[in-house]
Amino acid sequence: MKPDTSTAVQPRRQRAAQDPLWLRVLLTSMALAIVGILIFLPILHVFVHAFSEGPFSYFEHLFGDSANRDAILTTLSVAPRAVILNLVFGVSAAWLIARFRFPGRTLLLTMVDLPFAISPVVVGLALVLLYGNQGLLGPRLSSAGITVLFNTPALVLATTFVTLPFIVRELIPLMESVGPDEELAALSLGASGWQMFWLVTLPGLRLGLLYGIILCSARAVGEFGAVYVVSGRIAGRGQTIPLRVEQLFQQYQSPADFALASILTGIALASLFARRLLESASGPRKIPSATTSGDAA
Amino acid sequence: MSSRVPLPGFALSLGYTLTFMSLIVFLPLAAIAWKSADLSWEQFVQTVSHPRALAAMRLTFSTALIAAAINIVLGLIVAWVLVRYEFPFKRWVDALIDLPFALPTAVAGLVYASLYMNDGWIGRFIVPMGIEIAYTPAAIVMVLVFTGFPFVVRAVQPVLEEIDTDLEEASAILGATRWQTFWMVLWPNLRPAVVTGFALALARGLGEYGSVIFVSSNLPGKTEVAPTLIVARIEENKFAEATALALVLLLSSFALLGLINVWEKWSRRHEA
Repeated sequence: MKPDTSTAVQPRRQRAAQDPLWLRVLLTSMALAIVGILIFLPILHVFVHAFSEGPFSYFEHLFGDSANRDAILTTLSVAPRAVILNLVFGVSAAWLIARFRFPGRTLLLTMVDLPFAISPVVVGLALVLLYGNQGLLGPRLSSAGITVLFNTPALVLATTFVTLPFIVRELIPLMESVGPDEELAALSLGASGWQMFWLVTLPGLRLGLLYGIILCSARAVGEFGAVYVVSGRIAGRGQTIPLRVEQLFQQYQSPADFALASILTGIALASLFARRLLESASGPRKIPSATTSGDAA
Repeated sequence: MSSRVPLPGFALSLGYTLTFMSLIVFLPLAAIAWKSADLSWEQFVQTVSHPRALAAMRLTFSTALIAAAINIVLGLIVAWVLVRYEFPFKRWVDALIDLPFALPTAVAGLVYASLYMNDGWIGRFIVPMGIEIAYTPAAIVMVLVFTGFPFVVRAVQPVLEEIDTDLEEASAILGATRWQTFWMVLWPNLRPAVVTGFALALARGLGEYGSVIFVSSNLPGKTEVAPTLIVARIEENKFAEATALALVLLLSSFALLGLINVWEKWSRRHEA
């Protein structure tokens, strides 16, 4: 994965600037212990406990309970909506930020990152203050027959807020690195704006889109704090998988909470794996940094 | 690229982007601003200086600070080993670093709560030694170390990869020990990345809720963090108090991110 710059200087470095063997062994074992205890052991623990009563009762725990089935369905309906919203937004904002220079562009770039800096709980509070019974818009919307809070729309809004930066931050550096030459060529050959967009721009973003969608989905499925506040946690209505995990934990339903958690862990591991695959498909890449790209160049 | 490029779609993408961001991000934040305008200065001070709020703030800031500081040490060791050494399964270890970003916080909380209990995988070894972590502030630090772990590693790794080993070699030839080389040659280069990683981990730790409620006993005044208190106030319909606490959290993480930006600009100017 890393650019291999070491081979040329290896013989010299071995003499003068390489760590002694004891230090290498010590630091490597420390690093393995850190990653092992902090990350590997917890993953193992999830699966061992999820399957502690055998594979049959694993599926029994997962799907035998109607609240679990509802939670899975809720997550399956909320997360894709948030991802699609952020996908369309991501393409639009990346096109705007990567292809045009305008006053307020840097500010917009900072604003895109804003959700990373806000506690999920505060996002939940903001939605309550907006759509709640005593909120800014809540009373007006409910007199029009629309219930946002404690309902699927609030879950979608909260999840979209929290996962907003993921896709756009993948697309901006990618679009900037590709440059507008092919798009300009398409236009000069007589393509319309939309033809250029569908036939040139989007295909060029393929890997970035896939990558962003994976990151965004993983986070959307797992969002807890913001969703916790706006869901109202009424069983069967607006309870996502992570919320159900918490409820099972409170009820001391031990193999069942780990069974449900194992789905989420599986999704997280799959997203890491898919990301590695994509990275090796697209060759070594630098970690994109939307906040500095463009201005630094 | 210049603004004279006759690319289409400027008005459309500007309109869509701003409308979307207004509906999803700005409108809810405006609701917080609107609610805090209701709050008089005295009310704000009273809410924030309430003993329960003070205790929650103190616990939030101290656990997040300790966790981010621990992550500096852990992150430096892991980044160093991943960049400089070869060992079996290195690619797998490298891939696992990002797991805390991908793993839902509820799962992290669930596992960490169980690992350190008396009969847990780790608890059964350390509890007899007198180290009780479950349901104490130490458990909060542990999950915050987990959730913030990738920040320092991922900030330091690319910088470490780009550092020219000739510098270290020169330092060694001039008679410096390995430790002196680290402090005087490598550390000044790594410092900006370490500070960025630290600040990001800290900002993340200040707002963390999902994993904390699992591992903490959430006792008011003892093991209750600020986000937990905000949720408690929302559930009591005390929105003004929740907003006052949220403002403190919001302003501290904005201040933190502002500081990183200033710091990054400053260190970039001093490099050049």
